[in-house]
Amino acid sequence: MKRFYISPPVAALILAVVLFLLSGFLPNGFGKDVHVAVAQATNIVRLSVFLGVIAAGQTLVILSGYEGIDLSAGSIVTLTAILTYVTVNGRDDKVIYAFLISLLVGAVIGLLNGLGITFLKISPFVMTLGMSGVVTGLIIIINHGNVSGKVAPIMTRLIARPLSPKIPIPNAIIIWILFGILMWLLLERTTFGKHIFAIGVNRITSRLSGVNVTAVNLAVYSLAGALAGFGGFLVVGNTGVVFIALGQPFLFPSIAAVAVGGTLLSGGKGSYWGTMAGAIVLTLITSLLTTMQMPDSIRRMVLGATLLVMISIYGRQRGFRQ
Amino acid sequence: MRKTSWETLTTKYPALFSTILLIVALLINFYLQPNMFARETLNSNMRVFLPLVLLAVGQAFVILGGGIDISVGGIVSIVNTILAVYVGLNGSIEKVWLFIALSIFAGILCGAINGFFIAVLRLQPIITTYATSFLYGGLALFILPNPGGGIPQRVAEFYRTTTPLGIPLAFYVIAILLIIWRYVRSTQYGSYLYAVGGKAEAAYETAVPVTWIHFSTYVISGFMSALAGIAITMLSGSGNAEIGSPMTLTAITAVVIGGTALSGGVGGITGPIMGALTLGIIQNIISFAHINTWWETFVKATIIVVALAAPGLINLFGRRKS
Repeated sequence: MKRFYISPPVAALILAVVLFLLSGFLPNGFGKDVHVAVAQATNIVRLSVFLGVIAAGQTLVILSGYEGIDLSAGSIVTLTAILTYVTVNGRDDKVIYAFLISLLVGAVIGLLNGLGITFLKISPFVMTLGMSGVVTGLIIIINHGNVSGKVAPIMTRLIARPLSPKIPIPNAIIIWILFGILMWLLLERTTFGKHIFAIGVNRITSRLSGVNVTAVNLAVYSLAGALAGFGGFLVVGNTGVVFIALGQPFLFPSIAAVAVGGTLLSGGKGSYWGTMAGAIVLTLITSLLTTMQMPDSIRRMVLGATLLVMISIYGRQRGFRQ
Repeated sequence: MRKTSWETLTTKYPALFSTILLIVALLINFYLQPNMFARETLNSNMRVFLPLVLLAVGQAFVILGGGIDISVGGIVSIVNTILAVYVGLNGSIEKVWLFIALSIFAGILCGAINGFFIAVLRLQPIITTYATSFLYGGLALFILPNPGGGIPQRVAEFYRTTTPLGIPLAFYVIAILLIIWRYVRSTQYGSYLYAVGGKAEAAYETAVPVTWIHFSTYVISGFMSALAGIAITMLSGSGNAEIGSPMTLTAITAVVIGGTALSGGVGGITGPIMGALTLGIIQNIISFAHINTWWETFVKATIIVVALAAPGLINLFGRRKS
């Protein structure tokens, strides 16, 4: 019997569109004004960019399987945001420099995660959790209560503003689309990408068919760290301020975005398109609840219930009987 | 590959490493705080450690069965807010018992909800309990939006100062837990638990009621979280909807330091109890060692990572020598 099947990324996108259209009926929704609706939709996608980029590293790590997960992503975001803030200090010429530092610092932390996981056989959950604590400790030492710095005008121009006055598409969305294409190329069109899927399904058969499992695993965690670092760079470019709790709120949503996008948390199956759709759905729900002026308690419960419903629809594992 | 003697030892006695760790931590703590074995100091330490011990035991059941429960902090918060709001500072003793019973029921119910989604609907544990952690945390915040409320002074005093035969109350609780565990381990349920955690598919094929075992571990975790919530409420004497959330990841760390593998089927509850005590003692050591406040988080996290890495390091170097 063939079941009716929609791929998870598409399902997530449909859900986002339906939710968005329904939100128009809210008392303070966009109503019949198409221009306002478009502006609101654009804004939600723009806000999704940051979660989306941070969730990219999470996607890679989860795809690589064997309980792969990166709980240090949130603290890496905060760390690189602070480093960018301090390094740039309002000067356009330092932006490239800060960008490279962000990637490098993220990659080094990711590499340490990878080393602990592959060589010391610490489970990814605990290793990255411990690393998150260490990085948070580092942030507190560096931050020392407050830091002085400033984002450069060019960063705001490139991240927070639209492309040009005539084309009202924020640059962040364009960066995200290019980024999405790069991620797709990486996962679907390179040997490395194929190897990530392979080690996510079965590491023993991968090794026997000539995949250097250790190297791929180290590369995946380093890359995930670097992507979280890139996320921190983008986030500070958008907010313009830094604080100790900047990155942590992105952590679990980044895992949820991957799950909502249909990537199996057990690894080996999924896509970055799905994560992008998942990031949009999660951001949409959060901002809808905020505009409806729900108290924090109701907001949390609705978010939890929505997540449960979404993963109940397509996050089910195979039953034992099959 | 031949196993080194250390590997054989740790496989045979999963709690071996955590015992060594606990002894080392105790010695350092004793050096910094010479009166730590005095009755008063011991009691004031143990009553602080007990909530985490209870939480770690519940978590250990779930992890042994091959799952993970991120919602325990939310359950602790629900119990704390129920007691603080409905009993109140001037509540009668009957009221205390009534709401203790009710909050235990609430804990079991929360665990059953987790169990239903994970065992019956076959959703992935990490994302499911993440979603329910929002539900439970939101509910706690709904019951008590701002910190406040409380329990009668007498009840809090009972928890803080009861030392039958000069031994702190917490030791009796731990002894009871260990006796129950010894019994559970010898029953059919005990063997099923390890079978399911080791390889669920194989267990299913040998007619182990996998669904029921998975379900039961989450109910046990909910029950233990309720006990932890009661303990922490009696310790603090007041209510705060955010009291539980930082405890979740600490409890998981305690289980792992205690030699219980996150992949399931290896370990027990003795290790996690020692792991929880060790984490409490590490906190003690840090506050007694007069470490610069800015460095505290970093030092604590580094100690935890080193503790997690140590067994792996020993294995790595042991293998080189042989």
